[in-house]
Amino acid sequence: MSKARIMSGNEAVAEGALAAEVRFFAGYPITPSSEIAEVLSYLLPQVGGKFIQMEDELSSVGAIAGASLAGLKSITATSGPGFSLMQENIGLAFMAEIPCVIVNVQRGGPSTGLPTKASQADVMQVRWGRHGDQNMIALAPSSVRESFDLIIDCVNLSEKYRTPVVLLLDEVIAHMREKVILPEKEEIKIIERKKPPRGQGDYFPYEVTEDAIPPMANFGEGYRYHITGLTHDETGFPTSDPEKINQGIRRLYQKIEKYKDEIIRVEEKYTEDAEIAVFAYGSVTRSAYSAVKEAREKGIKVGLMRPITLWPFPYKKVLDLANKVKRIIVPEMNMGQLIEEVKRASSGRVKVDGVNRVDGELITPSEIMAKIEEVS
Amino acid sequence: MVKVLDYIRLDKFPHVWCPGCGIGIVMGSIIRAVDKLEINKDDVVMVSGIGCSGRMPGYCDFNTLHTTHGRALSFATGIKLANSKFKVIAVMGDGDALAIGGNHLIHAARRNIDILAIIINNWIYGMTGGQYSPTTPLGSFTTTGPYGQVEPPFDILQLIKGSGAPYIARGTVYHTRELDKLILRGIQKKGFSVVEVISQCPVSFGRRNRMGSAVDMMKWQKEKTVPSKKAEKMSKEELKGKIIRGVFLDEERTEYTERYEELIAKAKKVS
Repeated sequence: MSKARIMSGNEAVAEGALAAEVRFFAGYPITPSSEIAEVLSYLLPQVGGKFIQMEDELSSVGAIAGASLAGLKSITATSGPGFSLMQENIGLAFMAEIPCVIVNVQRGGPSTGLPTKASQADVMQVRWGRHGDQNMIALAPSSVRESFDLIIDCVNLSEKYRTPVVLLLDEVIAHMREKVILPEKEEIKIIERKKPPRGQGDYFPYEVTEDAIPPMANFGEGYRYHITGLTHDETGFPTSDPEKINQGIRRLYQKIEKYKDEIIRVEEKYTEDAEIAVFAYGSVTRSAYSAVKEAREKGIKVGLMRPITLWPFPYKKVLDLANKVKRIIVPEMNMGQLIEEVKRASSGRVKVDGVNRVDGELITPSEIMAKIEEVS
Repeated sequence: MVKVLDYIRLDKFPHVWCPGCGIGIVMGSIIRAVDKLEINKDDVVMVSGIGCSGRMPGYCDFNTLHTTHGRALSFATGIKLANSKFKVIAVMGDGDALAIGGNHLIHAARRNIDILAIIINNWIYGMTGGQYSPTTPLGSFTTTGPYGQVEPPFDILQLIKGSGAPYIARGTVYHTRELDKLILRGIQKKGFSVVEVISQCPVSFGRRNRMGSAVDMMKWQKEKTVPSKKAEKMSKEELKGKIIRGVFLDEERTEYTERYEELIAKAKKVS
């Protein structure tokens, strides 16, 4: 039986990464994510892993992608300004299907913004921050223990689907300290990248397989293949053949789409008989849950829906919710980002209201409660 | 007899390079060096950024990686640190290595990580059509310098020397046998090694600056450069307008991944 410990979200991410068998970290210091780097600089070498502080965020993603190609599970951690700089090589990792995980501890923006304060304003950047059509997987924890669990899930998802994955924390979760009991090693499920069967002849790094996930050989295993950010065919070499381009880009995009039901996770509380639903993610869920319980005590039928997976977005789950309730409230620490997806998903069936803060402070239960009372 | 073709992905030919381009000669030198050193192809990783030089890995039968503009060394750093068995060769152009990738270059040199960085210097952004680069000579004509280059160029070797790399050399594509040796030593060297290769871009630079054909430009390399040993005996006056070739620095310094292994040993004692 593991002992109870007090730790922060950032520390939980670092320990979760180790538990997920991450053995390489490259990063650049930035508030409020730096503790992840600090903890891993201490712990990784103890298990023979590698930590490197790079010269910037551009090279941090380059280094983790390189290390991943060499066969190590690799992550980096940053915050908004660094995440902006990382977009270029995240795009390459997506295009070249290199597993890696980027942790973004959101802080207030735009620009340098509020380094030590909370925000959820990078939700759309995760989805759309890079040039070109891309699909992204992003998970958002709402507790310290969940930060530990979700970094493991992120690493597993990235290995399974051969794609970069984002763990989207916010400053509240990252710096909040909670009591946690971490799972034992045997309780943790680890997924490895799908390897090519040896001796099958020519290896195609982007082979079109039925499951849409090409097997991945690591560098040095004898396959000697080519990787490029240029549009390539199944062999990995650049192509200008419209048919092959079309096939490749569609497969890449639909790879995530195909598995969305497996990837999407949503938590629901009191939604069975709810007339009003609060749709909240990350740290805001904590205030939302508190408000929902208070409203229930007052006899207002309110439920809570919390997407653990932000991307791909749970459109179907939200539509089901919109068919049940009369109203959806979306509290977010931004000017209203995910609310637009909730509106899209509910297709005008219900009115959707936002509760927004952009002053770096966590939305309080009473602010959400006030909105519940206003619309009930 | 070196079987160069054994190292080339011939099915990817014809290559994208223009007639008279020097990049293929550099590729030949790298292949001859790897062959002579009898390195297993599975242990070689060739990494590039963007531009004409960026296409070289596609033609070589190694583990090959064509990355983003200027970032070859950051991917190379991840690969080498993740598994130090690899012989990592990063091939870059002058714009790639020194403008957009300049920060990565000086920090890789400072760390002294065991990577051979080859900078093919043709004074121009060739693939985008002939814009000026950080090595374009003052006064030269480029598509973004129609009145003549207004910025002074980098002295690559001084930049690298100041950054801490233990092996620094310069060759030209005209002096191919010498280039073979410079690159071979760079691969052998445990540490961050830089070989600057002066090459010609007859299409985007030569034409605009009335330097004649590719052959004329290679003759220029022959006439305008002097080997370092000969340069030692020449006066300042005689060296004016000349470019010195050869090994500029070849020292022993502790390499980064070796030092990191020591760190791991220390950390394991703590745990």
